[in-house]
Amino acid sequence: MAEDCILELRRVSKAFGAHQAVSNVSLAVPRGAFFSLLGPSGCGKTTTLRLVAGFENPDEGEIWLNGSRLAGPGESLPPYRRNVNTVFQSYALFPHLTVRGNIEFGLRRKRADRIEERLRAVLEQVQLSDKELRRTSQLSGGERQRVALARSLVLEPDVLLLDEPLSALDPQLRKQVRAELKDLQRRVGVTFLFVTHDQEEALSMSDFVAVLNHGAVEQVGPPEEVYRHPATRFVASFLGAMNWIDGVGLRPEALRLSRQAADGSRRAIVTGKTFLGPMVYVEATLESGETCSAQASNGATGFQAGETVHVSWDAADEVRL
Amino acid sequence: MKRGIAAYAVGAYAFLHAPLLILAAFSFNTSRFTVWQGFSFHWYAALTQDRELIESAANSLIIAIVSTALATAVGTLAGYALWKRSIGWISGSLYLSLATPEIVTGVSLLAFFQWMFRYLNLRLGMHTVILAHVGFSLAYVVVVIVARLRSFDPALEEAALDLGATEWEAFYRVTIPYLAPAIAAAAMLAFTVSIDDYVITSLVAGVDSQTLPMTIYSLARRGVNPMLNAVSTIIVVLLGLMVLLSERLRRT
Amino acid sequence: MKRLRSVFLAPTSVILAATLVAPLAIVCVYSFLSRGAYGGVREPLSLENYTRLWDPLYGLIFWRSFWIAGISTAICLVLGFPLAMFIASSGRRKTLYLSLVILPFWTSFLIRIYAWMFLLRDTGLINTALQAMGVIREPLPMLYNDGAVILGLVYGFLPFMVLPLYATLERLDASLIEASADLGARPFETFFRVTLPLCAPGIRAGAILVFVPSLGTYLTSDLLGGSKTILIGNLVQNQFTAARDWPFGAAASLALMIIATALLFAARRSGEELL
Repeated sequence: MAEDCILELRRVSKAFGAHQAVSNVSLAVPRGAFFSLLGPSGCGKTTTLRLVAGFENPDEGEIWLNGSRLAGPGESLPPYRRNVNTVFQSYALFPHLTVRGNIEFGLRRKRADRIEERLRAVLEQVQLSDKELRRTSQLSGGERQRVALARSLVLEPDVLLLDEPLSALDPQLRKQVRAELKDLQRRVGVTFLFVTHDQEEALSMSDFVAVLNHGAVEQVGPPEEVYRHPATRFVASFLGAMNWIDGVGLRPEALRLSRQAADGSRRAIVTGKTFLGPMVYVEATLESGETCSAQASNGATGFQAGETVHVSWDAADEVRL
Repeated sequence: MKRGIAAYAVGAYAFLHAPLLILAAFSFNTSRFTVWQGFSFHWYAALTQDRELIESAANSLIIAIVSTALATAVGTLAGYALWKRSIGWISGSLYLSLATPEIVTGVSLLAFFQWMFRYLNLRLGMHTVILAHVGFSLAYVVVVIVARLRSFDPALEEAALDLGATEWEAFYRVTIPYLAPAIAAAAMLAFTVSIDDYVITSLVAGVDSQTLPMTIYSLARRGVNPMLNAVSTIIVVLLGLMVLLSERLRRT
Repeated sequence: MKRLRSVFLAPTSVILAATLVAPLAIVCVYSFLSRGAYGGVREPLSLENYTRLWDPLYGLIFWRSFWIAGISTAICLVLGFPLAMFIASSGRRKTLYLSLVILPFWTSFLIRIYAWMFLLRDTGLINTALQAMGVIREPLPMLYNDGAVILGLVYGFLPFMVLPLYATLERLDASLIEASADLGARPFETFFRVTLPLCAPGIRAGAILVFVPSLGTYLTSDLLGGSKTILIGNLVQNQFTAARDWPFGAAASLALMIIATALLFAARRSGEELL
């Protein structure tokens, strides 16, 4: 195992009939990291997660956890023999059990000791101590998510797998829960493998982001690196808007608009603008015919359609592929 | 237009329910003729004296309980297995058993049993009736169970596996609790269908396994009989309550 | 997982083999054999039983069964449609009204037929009441004829017509009705040119769900029709009991079964449109 990686996927592939869901994926997840799998729907991120969990078996490749092999050609451990646990997108809380019943389910299956003690501790951790005897149908969305987390964390897995756990929450709740989740991970120290299609989520929460497309990994790295130095056009456009001027990539926030020409600036005609509150997006067409979108502070609302402006940027902000 | 339809509906519901209500009403008639002569329970009392009725009722009850228990258990497992992955000939056969006219099921079972009895030293009796009943109740149970499973989130079973349960434990501790109301509803349905069966039972019952419907049939052929009204009322009320309960359970 | 599934399906497979597959196979085989000397069956194999079904005597029975089943179905359609319309437009009480239709069916079929015997026979309630009121002097023969059988079938299978009709009506897009009115059609025209055609899948499903059990009925024609009304079901039962001609009975059963299953497959396709 490379460095201190707790989870490793080596050239894993999985197809469903004619559809290749995961194609030759290799990943090395460092111990204790918040590691995200990011990509559009159908990119294979959920399938990858399910391969690690044991709900699917790889056609090719191997999966290693903490020095032992989970899956490989021929043999594959069933989910109940892997030391990983999943937080499902719908949470999959057992409706016929109380909060307590749900959380202690795994402990009872393994006939663990000190069940009471561990139950108390995890309830504290997710702040649900007073809701122990409630039925899951009586909980709010955020509370249900915490039960799902507690249920998995109490088993002390090597890696916690999370399948788009925030998508079922209201948008306002999401930002708050994001922070709580990140904080929880840091406190508990468990490695998180987090699947999402929301790049804001991935960038704000992760230590590492793996961007997937059509079943393959396009780039892996810390959020800042993946954003500022995308390795492919797909990664560049997926992680935020990207302008392409003369084959060079430029983020909207890197472009500056001015009524005065400057060294190296280009002329453009304003074609429209979109007011978003804290900022304004100004669309303009360059002499070459290419269009671009520049992010300006809302002080720059003065630009009108049809006006001539000058677009400039720093060379350091250029993305060359 | 709306009032016309509502008035019509009253008539339609009267048509559907009046016959049974009238039957029940006349079970309390003191006279044995269809002229009302006063209120009395004595036909109900007379039921307790009729040995044939009581014996056949007991037979019917035994047959219904045993066949229901078997059909429900077997059908629940089958419904679950088919929900996971459908097997052509089994699903097809279950549909076929619902589609086949009762008389055809009855004579084919009779033919099969008689053929089998050339090699086994057996005769028609309670056991053949019970087997027949399990056979035709099975499809009803499977339909109810599969319908309930349609709203079951497979992630619940995966979660159980994820948390350390084996496939059997997941089925037993997560799926079965979810299915509980449907299992009860299916059992009641199977019971109702078994208690009422005449056509198939009459063909495969032996000499000493007369059931209640068979007794009712022979009484009905002989003429109007207030005791028949009485036993009919009891049966209709009991089965009606059972069906209502079954529907309630299915909807939880 | 696969092991669990096979274990779960094993008892069902055995039961289906023993109560459905094997019996039907035997009936199939018997239908090509001949009647034995003391009942039972013997060789040779032949199509004689099937050709015998074409005999006018039996042809009449089949024709009568189709006729009676057809009339019952038509009556169910006429009676059931307004009832389905009522339920579909009854708002919150839909489930209640629906249960009231279905509930009688699930009590006892036999007893429900007896109820009509109680009402229709010469000494039954209707005749007694009419005589008491002086409307008639002699009892009307309302029982033991085709009419009584049709009445019994309509009474028994009306819910099977109402349910699919209700399902289609419920799903009907009200804006289509409004559009029709908007384009100038009067209520009568809208009903026949828009509502009814749109209900076609429900009508088809309901018709088959009433026709098939009516075609294969035994009890209704036996108790309400007396010995005058012999339908396919009665023919089959007779061959296997009194007449002791099992091979012929087998052939008649298969004929009935093939017609029934073919029609029901058509209903399933219609039913899928409803889903």
